[in-house]
Order: sequence, then structure tokens, then C-alpha cells
Amino acid sequence: MSKITECLENMRRTGKKGLIPFITAGDPDLAGTVEIAKRLAFAGADLVELGIPFSDPVADGPVIQQASGRALKSGTTLQGILEAVREIKKDCSMPLILMGYYNQIYKYGLRRFTCDAAKAGVSGLIVPDLPHEECGPLREEAILAGLDLIPLVAPTTTNPRLEKITAGACGFIYCVSVTGVTGTREQMGTDLENFTGRVRRYTSLPLAVGFGIAGPEQAAQTAKLCDAVVVGSAIVKIIAEYNDVSSAGPAVEKLVSQIRGTLDGLQYTRPK
Amino acid sequence: MEIYEGAPDSKGYYGPYGGRFVPETLMPGLEELEKAYRAAVDDPEFQRELEHYLQHYVGRPSPLYFAEGLTAHCGGAQVYLKREDLNHTGAHKINNTIGQILLARRMGKRRVIAETGAGQHGVATATAAALFGFDCAVYMGEEDIRRQSPNVFRMRLLGAEVIPVSTGSKTLKDAMNEAIRDWVTNVRDTYYLIGSVAGPHPYPLMVRQFQSVIGVEAKRQVLEQTGRLPGHIVACVGGGSNAMGIFYPFLNEAGVNLVGVEAAGRGVDTGEHAATLGLGSPGVLHGALSYVLQSEDGQIQCAHSISAGLDYPGVGPEHSYLKDSGRVIYTSATDAEALEAFGLLCRTDGIIPALESAHALAEAIKLAPSLPRENIILVNLSGRGDKDIPAVAGDAGVYV
Repeated sequence: MSKITECLENMRRTGKKGLIPFITAGDPDLAGTVEIAKRLAFAGADLVELGIPFSDPVADGPVIQQASGRALKSGTTLQGILEAVREIKKDCSMPLILMGYYNQIYKYGLRRFTCDAAKAGVSGLIVPDLPHEECGPLREEAILAGLDLIPLVAPTTTNPRLEKITAGACGFIYCVSVTGVTGTREQMGTDLENFTGRVRRYTSLPLAVGFGIAGPEQAAQTAKLCDAVVVGSAIVKIIAEYNDVSSAGPAVEKLVSQIRGTLDGLQYTRPK
Repeated sequence: MEIYEGAPDSKGYYGPYGGRFVPETLMPGLEELEKAYRAAVDDPEFQRELEHYLQHYVGRPSPLYFAEGLTAHCGGAQVYLKREDLNHTGAHKINNTIGQILLARRMGKRRVIAETGAGQHGVATATAAALFGFDCAVYMGEEDIRRQSPNVFRMRLLGAEVIPVSTGSKTLKDAMNEAIRDWVTNVRDTYYLIGSVAGPHPYPLMVRQFQSVIGVEAKRQVLEQTGRLPGHIVACVGGGSNAMGIFYPFLNEAGVNLVGVEAAGRGVDTGEHAATLGLGSPGVLHGALSYVLQSEDGQIQCAHSISAGLDYPGVGPEHSYLKDSGRVIYTSATDAEALEAFGLLCRTDGIIPALESAHALAEAIKLAPSLPRENIILVNLSGRGDKDIPAVAGDAGVYV
């Protein structure tokens, strides 16, 4: 069992829900990312997703687009991000996942990337513009390097596609809660329960739900339907609000602790 | 077709290029689109309808014109122009928008979205949407809105909502990002009408099919008028739809040299150009694997061209394939060369070409003097230059 699945399975056994915060690596700079990641661990994150900033992030809403812009402006490169991962792993044991668009991985070289990422301490990859039909070459390399290539499924994903995508998947299944781009929303999709129920029929892997979770209340609501929640834009917004990491850090830590508290206060219900 | 048999394959690949690199949310929509497209092209009723609108609404066939003035000026090969500038809305773009909107109607969609650079595709989409009663939103970069203001007004007259895009370089690339985000959000009821042979499969195939009417007609016309095939066919390449349209029916005519002309902007060695095939490398942008202009770290770079329609750091995947195979030779023309060709055709033949098409003319002007008189150069005059008047006048220091 991979490190990521093991982490989420352990939580399932002990009746807890997983919390997966997302931050864009290099926003506002890589030293800040290392500092914030450590605070996320302290606040009770089970896994952390680090976004690789890209010039053309088509799956992202304005908040993460702007974070990408800030990170690129601070000179963030893929190589620099792997350095930051090494720094984070010195102090934190939680698994780290890199989330990035395919072009950068392709340009870096699939084998070189998976090897370097694994060596730096990365446990998994999420590539939002690499659907099942195109993921073969990267998946092969990821398996060789011991990384989980985590698949995304969406409310528009048909049952035949769910069957194909979940077969042989590893890590967890990332359920995109809405038909749309990343960003917080006032309300979660109304048919979320139906959607996660559909996904559950095809896999016993943990389910994580992301896109649109704004705060503790939505996280708690959503967690009833899955094994873990991903919180991205809500955290990135805080980083954007402050000029420096020394004030953004505590604010991020506070939000994530609150979400942790709400999730832990939940009566455990085995996801349907 | 010998070497091009079967391209694209069932996954939308032209050799190593193409495919579908989009968020999972869009994959079911692309599957639905491909199914609907394949059913439509096999349906005689769809073909009849398409032909009807192409003939009576667009004004096809467009003429093939022997450019006497330009030929005399250059000395050497005879230059023929495929007059796509005479289509309704003034460019080749409408061939594709009529085809796709008929498809959208068959699929029961009520809203279309599009990206546009020069505004020609935006105008053609707004026109087709008005004709068939669709809601229409066109994404356009703020920089392009500034330099193509006549087309912005035209789209609004036609009832389309023009949505300014202020991210990135504020040009075609960013307009396409925004259109994709709209589609990810509204994929259930919205049809994304891509204007070039770019994007995820089946768009490059579909757009080539709808644009190949240009090459099919040109082949017939040149044989009728001269009794032989041209030695060279020259077309400009941004995303590459007018070039694919005229090249495709000639790919297996070994004696016909095909030349694609990219925008060299201020010069290919200045870093300010849009010569994606000339100076880019393989990568993934806007749903397909193809040549792109990118940094060492895989960030997409900004292109530059005086012509908004060529100002794009990507290119259709089939062009990447045709480049690697050597079947098509890709070259480039600078802003200055395009402006000179623009002015020249105005004076020699009384035709104001689009700045995009002027890049193809610039190459023909270089080529013609080196070739014997019996040689024919066929240039795809993909659009007319009315939209460029303010920009060209501004360049000359005249305010219109």
C-alpha cells in the first residue's frame, strides 16, 4: 500500500477524516512555502498538496491563477520546488503531493521528473489536464518511481468512464465537487451525495473531495460524503491578503486548525 | 493518401502530436462531440445543409484570381490568389463556424462561446450565432480589443457579448484559456466553437474538414483556369486553419510544394515573434501536444506579431506533424515584410489584404522572382484588411 493510501486508510480505521490543504509553491516565495507547509502540518494536515505554478492554468479560477502569477514573479521553478520539498520533509512526515499541469512535467522529462520528485520526498502527483486516456506514459514512470498518480473524476464523468478511471488507480480518487474551475463557492454542488455515491460503487480507495470548500462548515458537510477534503482557494486567499508570510502563516494555521477541529468533532460515519 | 493515411488516429494523434489534454470535466463532452461530428459528416442531410449555407450565405465558391499586377511587379512565377477575403464576414473563418454551428444545433446546444485574436473568428461566430438564434459570448484579449476595434463593434452589433480578457499577454492565448474555463463550467449546455485547427481532438480534425473546402475548390479552379497544378501553395500559419484548409487536398500531390508562413514579428532573433514551428519545441497547450513557444521551465511564452490573428505561441498539431515529416516547409515573415506586402497588393491589384494574409503574400513576393514564368504560386488570401486599417494607419502615424 502506498504511503498516501496508508495514511488515509489509517484515518478511516480510527474514524477520522483526512484534511488536505493546497498551497501554490512559491507564493509568495519558496521560503514562505516551506514555512507555511510546516504550519499546515502543525495545524493537523494529513497530506499537503503543493501546486506547481503555470503560466496557463486552465483548470483554475482567479484565486489560484493569481497565486501562480505571484509564484512565477518570485522566480519559482520546478527545480526550486523540489528543493523546497526536501526542506519541508526534513521536519514533517506527512505525505506531499505535487499538483501541476502536464506541460511542465513533459518539458522536464517524465522519467527525470518522477525520479527527482521521488528522491526529494514527494509521494503523489495530480495533473489536472492529463485525463485517463493520456496518462499512460506518466503513470508508467510514476509507478517505477513509487509515486501515486492520483486520478480526478468530475460530476460529468459517466459511469463507464468511472469504471475505466478507477481500475488500477492508486493513492485516492480526487472527486471534483463541481462542474467548473477551482475556487470557493457559497454552496457545494447539490448532487454531491449522488456523485460520491456513484464513485464509491467503483472503488474501495479513499475518496477526497475538492474544489469549492470555503471553510470549516462546508468541510464538515462535505466530509460526511467522503474520506478526505481538499481546501485550496480559501487558504490561498489568506496568503494573498497579507504582504508577508510572518502574518499570513498564523492566519493560515488558524483556519486549518479550525477545519481540523470541525472534522474531528464529526461523528464518524462510514461513507456510503 | 499515402503517408497521411489514418491521421488522426482514433485517439486524435497526428504522429506523436495531438490528443486530448483537458480536465476530466470536459472529457465526456469531447466524446459526445466526436460522436455527433462523425454522425453528421456521414449524414447527407447535414452535408446538403452545409453546402446550402456555404453557397447562398457565405458566397462560395470564392474566386481564384490571377494577380496580374503583383505578378508583373515581381517578375517570374504567376501569382494566383484564393479569395477567401470575399467570403461573407471577410475571411475564411466563416467556413468553419457555419459547419460547427450546424453541429451545435444538431446536439441541442443553445449557447456558443469562442475565443478570438484578430476578431475574424469572433465575428464569424457571432454571425453564425445570429443566423441560427444562439446566445454567443466571445473571449478576446484586451490588447487585441485595442488593435482590432472595428471587429469588436461588429460582434456587438451582431448581438454577441465580447468579454475582455486581462490575464497574461491579453491576447489570443489568454482568450483561449478563458474560453476553456467557461466551457469547463458550462459544458452541459454550451458549445465551444474553436476557430483553429488547435485544441483537443476532435477540433483539429473538424476544423480541417470544414476548411478543406478552400483547397478542394482551389484545386478544381486552378486546373480549370490553367490546366495544371501550382508549383507552390503559400498560406500564413497562426493556429493554422486557413493553411490546413488549402493544404489538405494537396498533401499527396508530390509536385506541389506547400509553404506555411509564421509571423516573425520584430525578427526571429529578437525574441518578439510568433514562429512557433520555427523556434518552439513540443509541449502541451490548450488541449493538444504540439510545438509551443516555451521557456526552459515549461512556461508558455508570449508571442508577438503585428497581426493579432498570428499572435499565438501554439500551433495546430497536424502542422507539427507536417513539419517533422518535411511535407510542408515552414518559414516566416516579419512585421515589416507583412506591412510592405500589405501596401503592395493594395497598389498592384486593388486588394486590401488582412495583415495575416499579408505574411503569406510576403513569402510569395520573395519566391516569385526566383521561379520561371510557367510556375504557379497559389496564395491563400485568407482575409481582407478592412479591420487592419486603424492599426496600419497608426503605424504610419495617421489617425483614422
